Amino acid sequence: MTSANLLYTDVEDDLRASVRDLLSTHCDPTDVLATRESGQPYFLELWRKLAVELGVAGLHVPERQGGQGGTLRETAVIAEELGRSVAPVPFLGSTVLCTSALLGVPGSAAATLLERLAAGTATGALVAPLTSGPAGEFPTAIRVSADGGLHGTVSSVVDAAVADTLIVPALGAAGPELYAVPASAATITPSTALDLTRGIAEIALSGASGEQLATGAAAAEALNTALRTGAAILASEQLGIAQWCLDETVRYVSQRHQFGRPIGSFQALKHRLADLWLEIISARAVARYAADRIGADAEDASIAVATAQSYCAEVAVHAAEECIQLHGGIGMTWEHPAHLFLKRAKSDQLALGRPGEHRRTLSELVDLPTC
Amino acid sequence: MTKQSDTEITAEQLREHVATLLAEHDPARTDRLDFLRARFDAGLAWVHFPVGLGGLDAPRALQSVVDSELARAGAPDNQPRKIGIGLGMAAPTILAFGTEEHKARFLRPLWTGEEVWCQLFSEPGAGSDLASLATRAVRDGSDWIVNGQKVWTSSAHTASWAIIVLRTDPDVPKHEGMSYFVLDMTAPGVEVRPLRQITGEAEFNEVFLTDVRIPDSQRLGEIGQGWQVARTTLMNERVAIGGGALPREGGMIGRLAEQWRNNPELRAPDLHDRLMRLWVSAEATRLVGERLRQQLAAGVPGPEGSGAKLAFATLNQAISGLEVELMGEQGLHYSDWTMRRPETVDFFGKDAGYRYLRAKGNSIEGGTSEVLRNVIAERVLGLPSEPRVDKDIPWKDLPR
Repeated sequence: MTSANLLYTDVEDDLRASVRDLLSTHCDPTDVLATRESGQPYFLELWRKLAVELGVAGLHVPERQGGQGGTLRETAVIAEELGRSVAPVPFLGSTVLCTSALLGVPGSAAATLLERLAAGTATGALVAPLTSGPAGEFPTAIRVSADGGLHGTVSSVVDAAVADTLIVPALGAAGPELYAVPASAATITPSTALDLTRGIAEIALSGASGEQLATGAAAAEALNTALRTGAAILASEQLGIAQWCLDETVRYVSQRHQFGRPIGSFQALKHRLADLWLEIISARAVARYAADRIGADAEDASIAVATAQSYCAEVAVHAAEECIQLHGGIGMTWEHPAHLFLKRAKSDQLALGRPGEHRRTLSELVDLPTC
Repeated sequence: MTKQSDTEITAEQLREHVATLLAEHDPARTDRLDFLRARFDAGLAWVHFPVGLGGLDAPRALQSVVDSELARAGAPDNQPRKIGIGLGMAAPTILAFGTEEHKARFLRPLWTGEEVWCQLFSEPGAGSDLASLATRAVRDGSDWIVNGQKVWTSSAHTASWAIIVLRTDPDVPKHEGMSYFVLDMTAPGVEVRPLRQITGEAEFNEVFLTDVRIPDSQRLGEIGQGWQVARTTLMNERVAIGGGALPREGGMIGRLAEQWRNNPELRAPDLHDRLMRLWVSAEATRLVGERLRQQLAAGVPGPEGSGAKLAFATLNQAISGLEVELMGEQGLHYSDWTMRRPETVDFFGKDAGYRYLRAKGNSIEGGTSEVLRNVIAERVLGLPSEPRVDKDIPWKDLPR
């Protein structure tokens, strides 16, 4: 149980350095805001560099399935870095959710798609609301008609606007099924999202035909694995968000003077930042634990994920809120990037199961039942 | 293999040392104290200490090898809970600042528990601002004559010796005018009075010092160097309070979880959400500790240690507070208010009420949570320090 390595390996450190280097050149938070203002919601050239040149799209996919043969620990490090720069790339939707859904699915259709996603030549979206958590029932919004056509509408699908392939959980006559559908066969309507750096869209299917990937328990398991893995990796993204907020706030309060002193010398601010630091080192420990345990498919992986998501979701929100408050007036402006982190952190809190839902799951796993 | 690892003792060699000790001093047929003295002399007391002082200059991490081998053989231990101040604070300070005579005289009976130690630092007027302390030591030939009062002293009523910081020069700024000594608790003029606390017990004492003579030969470090010596002691105190490996649900959260499982009739939805939040925080704090240990083992200590004690205090208070609420009507009761003077520090006691009250001390003893937050903010985050108005003023001119 405690054999998990909670530190970063040399490989992970090197990977972080390469990604951070790329992001610092191509994805400064102020660029993110400016590019968004020019009507470009995603950084697709950056995504191509990350996915294809650095290989982050297939890090945790085995080499024989077209990936890099790494583990989810490395994917989690990427998530930290992308969170730290609120990078508008379809990493969560495509790399985390879609590849994780496909990893355990047998058959050539799934294998071919997985290989393309891992290579970065295809971009996927998992057709379930981003709020879906691993504890939920199999969704019924999309149904399979007698002729095999898919019908229904799903809102708040993450990264769908830039996907070329949709992975669709649908309810057939005999139960859960999983399909791959070309994005061109669906009506995809981007929504106005609270999060400015990660898109959501409504997806409508009216009789589209798709390639069947799995049925029955295998389809339900694929969806559950995707959501559970997503929840684990999201904890690392939340850690990255929180770390940026702390670093930026420490920098600001050290140079901002009022009453003839740097405001960071006042205990009222120091104590808040010390508490935040403590939350962040705790978030790092639980996020690392979750990434390690789920990557190793360990017995207590579900406990680790529920713990991490319950904890890290709230730390990210707290860090972003403190960042705004301790920046004073400038923190409230559109011009300062702090709001990008607040919007991402608050949206992430709802994503892949609210913290309270994870605590409820956890209470069953550790035998602390409700009344 | 590097040259260093050739000369360093291995776990296998340590097991051989343990086997030899056990062969020569069968724990079943040896007096407890004789066995402990033999263990000290074999260098198996604290293996990272120097040869001749209870150690073998071995890596500290190997201590667990010795401890588990000896426990398996049914050997007596030195009851570390009763001599925590000696082991955790006095010993590392004596090792770092004592003369050879000090080390030879004090360390062996300290470790075996024959001589209990206490710590005389805090005063009624010097808590968080320890460096403002006022207990005076005035030089008289080869002795110092001491007058003043110390407080919050656990084990003072069982101790033979104390480590003590005294004001030896009031005419210089506060940090420069202190010296550090070893005090014989049986010396004339030392009076120990129990200090009853909110649990009803008197785990701590007040210590009154009236014309007490301390030989100058019992000084640790130079005259005026007391603050630097005290910092060594305090650094070890914080490690001792925040450290220790725990399994999941180890510590205070385990008590609360057990009450929840065993008493379905007490459960309520609002309590459940609070329980689960605290369970998650306790697990996070446990993993921070685990991560800290992995960093130490890898030889790259991180700043996580500064946070461990702060997290521990906050968590214990919240958990024990919830436990009292969970107990419902039983929460109105208390085991016993009888005044006692326990020999060990006990965070758990007999009931939830005791745990709740005792945990109030966790954010005060060994550095208040407020001071710890300052330490984190300034040393870990690098935030600018508070202006220090008393920095260059002679101690005697400070307002108090």
